[in-house]
Amino acid sequence: MKTLLSLAWASAWNRRLSLALAALSIALAVTLLLSVTRAREAAQTQFAQSAAGVDLVVGPRGSPVQLLLHAVFHLGDASHTLAWKSYQTLAADPLIAWSLPLSLGDSHRGFPVLGSTPEFFRHLGDGQQQGLAFADGQPFAGLFEVVIGAEVAARLGYQTGRQITLQHGSSHLDAHHHDDDAAHPEHADKPFRIVGVLAPTGTPVDRTLIVSLPALEAIHLDWQGGMPTPGLSIPADAANKFDLTPKHLNAVLIGLHQRTDVFRVQRQINAFGGEPLMAILPGLAMDELWQLMGSVERTLHGLAWLVMAAGLAGLVAVIVAGLGERRRELAILRSVGAGRRHIVGLLVLEGALVTVAGTALGVMVVETAGHLLAPWLRARLGLDLSGATLSMEALRILAVVLATGLAASLLPAWRASRMALADGLLPRL
Amino acid sequence: MVSPMAPAIHIRDLRFAWPGQTAPCLTLPALDVDQGEQVFIQGESGAGKSTLLNLIGGVLLPREGRVQILDQALDALSAPARDRFRVDHIGFIFQQFNLLPYLSALDNVLLPCRFSATRAQRAGPRPVEAARRLLDALEVDGSDAARPANTLSVGQQQRVAAARALIGRPALILADEPTSALDPRRQDAFITLLGKEVAAHGSSLVLVSHDPRLASRFDRCIAL
Repeated sequence: MKTLLSLAWASAWNRRLSLALAALSIALAVTLLLSVTRAREAAQTQFAQSAAGVDLVVGPRGSPVQLLLHAVFHLGDASHTLAWKSYQTLAADPLIAWSLPLSLGDSHRGFPVLGSTPEFFRHLGDGQQQGLAFADGQPFAGLFEVVIGAEVAARLGYQTGRQITLQHGSSHLDAHHHDDDAAHPEHADKPFRIVGVLAPTGTPVDRTLIVSLPALEAIHLDWQGGMPTPGLSIPADAANKFDLTPKHLNAVLIGLHQRTDVFRVQRQINAFGGEPLMAILPGLAMDELWQLMGSVERTLHGLAWLVMAAGLAGLVAVIVAGLGERRRELAILRSVGAGRRHIVGLLVLEGALVTVAGTALGVMVVETAGHLLAPWLRARLGLDLSGATLSMEALRILAVVLATGLAASLLPAWRASRMALADGLLPRL
Repeated sequence: MVSPMAPAIHIRDLRFAWPGQTAPCLTLPALDVDQGEQVFIQGESGAGKSTLLNLIGGVLLPREGRVQILDQALDALSAPARDRFRVDHIGFIFQQFNLLPYLSALDNVLLPCRFSATRAQRAGPRPVEAARRLLDALEVDGSDAARPANTLSVGQQQRVAAARALIGRPALILADEPTSALDPRRQDAFITLLGKEVAAHGSSLVLVSHDPRLASRFDRCIAL
């Protein structure tokens, strides 16, 4: 074995250029496979953290996935609402530790504006810790104050103290191209002051602007049917004189004293007498949503495996093509006692060497790149790779790659042993 | 173990044909080589020299007849056992390109010891020393021994091949046109040196060539 390994190594070194190229193509494939896997895992973790700490999401009865999109990702037009009175009844349940009323509908340069209470910052978190950390400033206290997520601040270059106005209606256009505001009239008469910037969390909160529920009422006082009411204008400083208690909400996030009560509370809410409501477990709905997005990931994975197949085919081609020139070498080995199993072993070892080298190189590239790009990915995509090491799935992929590499090198090994047997000690050159 | 009196080669009524061919490409009624004997086999190209070497080496098996090396019938052995028997008892020297180009001359000489425990054991407690001694005796000096085989001259390569055939004292050395890549003056020197070392090791030598001029140095000459 040791003899064969040193022979295989010396022989491979003798043909290092072509074998290095084969190893490189395997390294590329491994890099691709591991990157896709790692990005998927990071995204999934992040995704799961989007509703960390929330036990139930409550909304008007309808599609759970849609409710999740509104309540957790602040996406989509929330046309259905639940009454403020229903929320008050729910929140009074002694099993419920905390509840966050949510109201959506407005936006700012493509980012959603969320109305809630200051408790929002206490109860949501990034999965590691409860509560949202502030990079600067503090929660809103006054009526026309807004707290912005980390990505909003970074993309728009906002800091605390700056005045901004909200647009009516949600907008999914990218912030960079959002100059066409005609479709979305502005609440220009009631500007907001940025009082806080949140630290990055990797959750949808990063892309959100958060104001108080009364503030959303206030900016819509003189509006009707989605447009400013003609001839009616209530100045900002007069808004306080009105009753700013919201009448409708889009969703409620609920935390329980005891997580074990979750099904009991869910049943209660689903059977709520006042209006048809629905309570969902965010984890379950998240899984459902993730399934929807899974096909993209599967496609990427499939492509990565195709690249791997191409890499291994290249390896086999390189070795098989080299066999013609190695007939003399194999005959010499036969004359000094190498049997069929030695020839097979030699060729399989060569394939294994190249596969292992390529795989190791690929792992190194992924690890190094992951390390170097982690801050950028976190800032840019909110993808947290810093803590990621080789996961079980990555290890399984590596095992499959190595096994396939070994299996693939059986083909040249089989050819070589046949050739060596047919040639005998004196190949015709 | 091999009995000291067993003939190195014992062939009777040998007929060999390649698969699919009806006419035999080699027929040999009898060939006997005693241990320690040096025999010259002369044959034109196409006379079946290579086939005979492959038959003696157990790489090919006879269609008819008997091939016994040191009293062992080769077709009675399994393929792996034939591979082992070959390296244990036979050293080969070919026309040219004898060496693995990516190994040093010394490592090339040591190859049989790596595949055969018998050869390694007979080479002594330190096969590397034995290999150095052999290279020295065959006039390949120490600095050349460390060089990659493909940087040596053809003459040096043939002498390294001879050292490899001799290491671990196999009973039989088979040489196939070992001098045809050398110029006439060196041919003579090589044959002399080879004969001397083979005799010193107590091995038998069978040298196959088309060139009758080499015959004078051998105990016996056979025309194929």
